[in-house]
Amino acid sequence: MEERQRLNRLRWRCTRRAMLEMDLLLGEFLDRVFPTLAPAQADAFVILADMEDLELWPLVNGSRECTDPVQAEVVALLRNVRVK
Amino acid sequence: MSKLSIPVRKFDAVIVGAGGSGLRAAIQLSEAGLKTAVLSKVFPTRSHTVAAQGGVSASLGNSEEDHWHWHMYDTVKGSDWLGDQDAIEYMCRKAPEVVVELEHFGMPFDRTDEGKIYQRPFGGHMSNFGEKPVRRACAAADRTGHAMLHALYQRNVRANTQFFVEWMALDLIRDQSGQVLGVIALEMETGEVVAFHAKATVFATGGAGRIFYSSTNAFINTGDGLGMAARAGIALEDMEFWQFHPTGVAGAGVLITEGVRGEGGILRNSTNERFMERYAPNAKDLASRDVVSRAMVTEINEGRGCGPNKDFVLLDITHLDPATIMKRLPGIREISIQFAGIDPIKAPIPVVPTCHYQMGGVPTNYKGQVVGDDGTPVRGFYAAGEVACASVHGANRLGTNSLLDLLVFGKASGDTVIENVRSGEIGLKELPADFADRTMARLNRLNTQTGGANVNETRLELQRTMQKHCGVFRFNDMLIEGVAKILDIEKAVARTEIKDKSHVWNTARVEALELDNLIEVAKATMVSAEARKESRGAHVRDDAPDTPANPNGRDDVNWHKHTLWHRDGNRLGFKPVIMKPLSVETIALKTRSY
Ligand SMILES: Cc1cc2nc3c(=O)[nH]c(=O)nc-3n(C[C@H](O)[C@H](O)[C@H](O)COP(=O)(O)OP(=O)(O)OC[C@H]3O[C@@H](n4cnc5c(N)ncnc54)[C@H](O)[C@@H]3O)c2cc1C
Repeated sequence: MEERQRLNRLRWRCTRRAMLEMDLLLGEFLDRVFPTLAPAQADAFVILADMEDLELWPLVNGSRECTDPVQAEVVALLRNVRVK
Repeated sequence: MSKLSIPVRKFDAVIVGAGGSGLRAAIQLSEAGLKTAVLSKVFPTRSHTVAAQGGVSASLGNSEEDHWHWHMYDTVKGSDWLGDQDAIEYMCRKAPEVVVELEHFGMPFDRTDEGKIYQRPFGGHMSNFGEKPVRRACAAADRTGHAMLHALYQRNVRANTQFFVEWMALDLIRDQSGQVLGVIALEMETGEVVAFHAKATVFATGGAGRIFYSSTNAFINTGDGLGMAARAGIALEDMEFWQFHPTGVAGAGVLITEGVRGEGGILRNSTNERFMERYAPNAKDLASRDVVSRAMVTEINEGRGCGPNKDFVLLDITHLDPATIMKRLPGIREISIQFAGIDPIKAPIPVVPTCHYQMGGVPTNYKGQVVGDDGTPVRGFYAAGEVACASVHGANRLGTNSLLDLLVFGKASGDTVIENVRSGEIGLKELPADFADRTMARLNRLNTQTGGANVNETRLELQRTMQKHCGVFRFNDMLIEGVAKILDIEKAVARTEIKDKSHVWNTARVEALELDNLIEVAKATMVSAEARKESRGAHVRDDAPDTPANPNGRDDVNWHKHTLWHRDGNRLGFKPVIMKPLSVETIALKTRSY
């Protein structure tokens, strides 16, 4: 699959989620932060985006901690996203 | 004769939508041995049903005495007498059965000490015909919808339901006689367009809350089922009725739970006034959803809104002890920081009344069959869940009755399909030669459009127009203007342009196709709202106020009827409300007051 196609698929999976909160956060993240990530972080984000909302939301709102260190870096960046 | 041919796959039944209603219908069909396909824009357990936290209602009577007839009364009253009483009786009677069934499918309900399903009170659910609150809501912690979808999905896997994930249904296939023969769908991964030819087609596509600028609904709720039905000549019922939640974060729409006001949160306007004291001197900020929403809109309309555009009010919890906020309102601080950019311990949260739930939809009877204007079933076509209008919610839905609707009518539609297939009433009829032409022409138009309208900008324009002209509190002149504006926007939708013309994972195309559906829902809503000259349930007009002759602005003489919006000619028809229940006496018209 081409890079553009891969990115489009990721965009769909980030912005057609079960919870509005996650559509907003992941969509914003994809636009503003994702292009600046190191390759390992980008891979970690893809794994996070594949999680279900009720797994990912507790990581983002801090009620659960991430065990994988690279994922934890990305989650910290996700927590900093401000949707206006 | 068709110029275009597309691949055809054959099934006994095709279900569009893998939320609670679609999955419940699929269990019936697959377990009965019907070859069943379920199409979904996303992986099933990512459907919007996940967002439901509050619970599902059923008069199990586990915590105190309860009866389906009381539940029925509450639902009729909640609907402001616009709900059909046969369907409401059916749903409330079936509730205990479908909830216990769900338990057997593996749903991890909260339990009482004796091991029964635990039940809690929920707004509008009462005992003994409106006497006092009753515990009727069954929940699995605050993840009821999520747990429900997982239980239903697992059961489907066991029953060999065939899932088509990341497929978007584009149009219904109907023949000359009006019979529905399946759907045409787009596979996102390949861009391939395929016909799903089936004896029965079940719509379970969920709501369309994204027609409003401020919505608690996830982005996926673009009303595809409504758009497809309308394009195929099916009228849409009661589309003027949308439930709004008073406190969505301004801009983002993310829901701030009622619990915030329960813990002492106060609504303030631009002069820092606690304005609810004027509108509801007793209940104040804890008045019912519609009263609070209307007060908020009045403040904004009279120039006392906050912010540079004076278009929101403030929900203030800065006077609460931070420890209380963290303990009693978990998650609210994070939501406010991430979606409003403020820390609610230090500053108030900007909020506006926000679209939450669609009461209207594709008209069905209580068996889940889609019906025409005279109540005759459309052969081969069924619907359940938020896309459908059975009509059990009438002018206003009670909390927890939607998850119940999914279970009851998901199951009922499945059972009716089985009955209709077995009796030979529906079979695999030949596809008309030109069945794909309309869809292929639409796709071709989109691919070749030049100098057209931008999809994102047009959608935004549509959403802003709906919010401004057809929001929680409605004004005659604004509605008239709104109809004209929406028809203008329709012209832009008809000439949307996408730069990317590729096939594989072309999300720009999918979003343009979603907009084709949003516009149909927006037209139906605006036109129906403009026409209904009374206030009833969630539809509240400034020029239909509370008077002794018409309490709450409701006008039963002229408006105790369902609207039916026809895409063709953009016109309205009407049909009577079914007042005769299946076995009990009619619950007679009365003023709705709590
Ligand atoms: C924040 C929130 C909280 C809520 N809380 C409660 C509650 O506590 N209790 C309650 O009773 N109700 C609640 N509701 C309402 C309730 O959750 C919904 O009405 C219900 O879940 C809708 O279920 P559904 O099966 O109709 O559709 P959904 O769950 O929305 O599923 C729709 C399905 O259709 C698919 N689909 C749509 N279009 C297409 C297409 N073109 N092609 C292919 N597939 C398509 C989607 O992929 C999805 O699988 C809440 C709603 C919200 C927004």
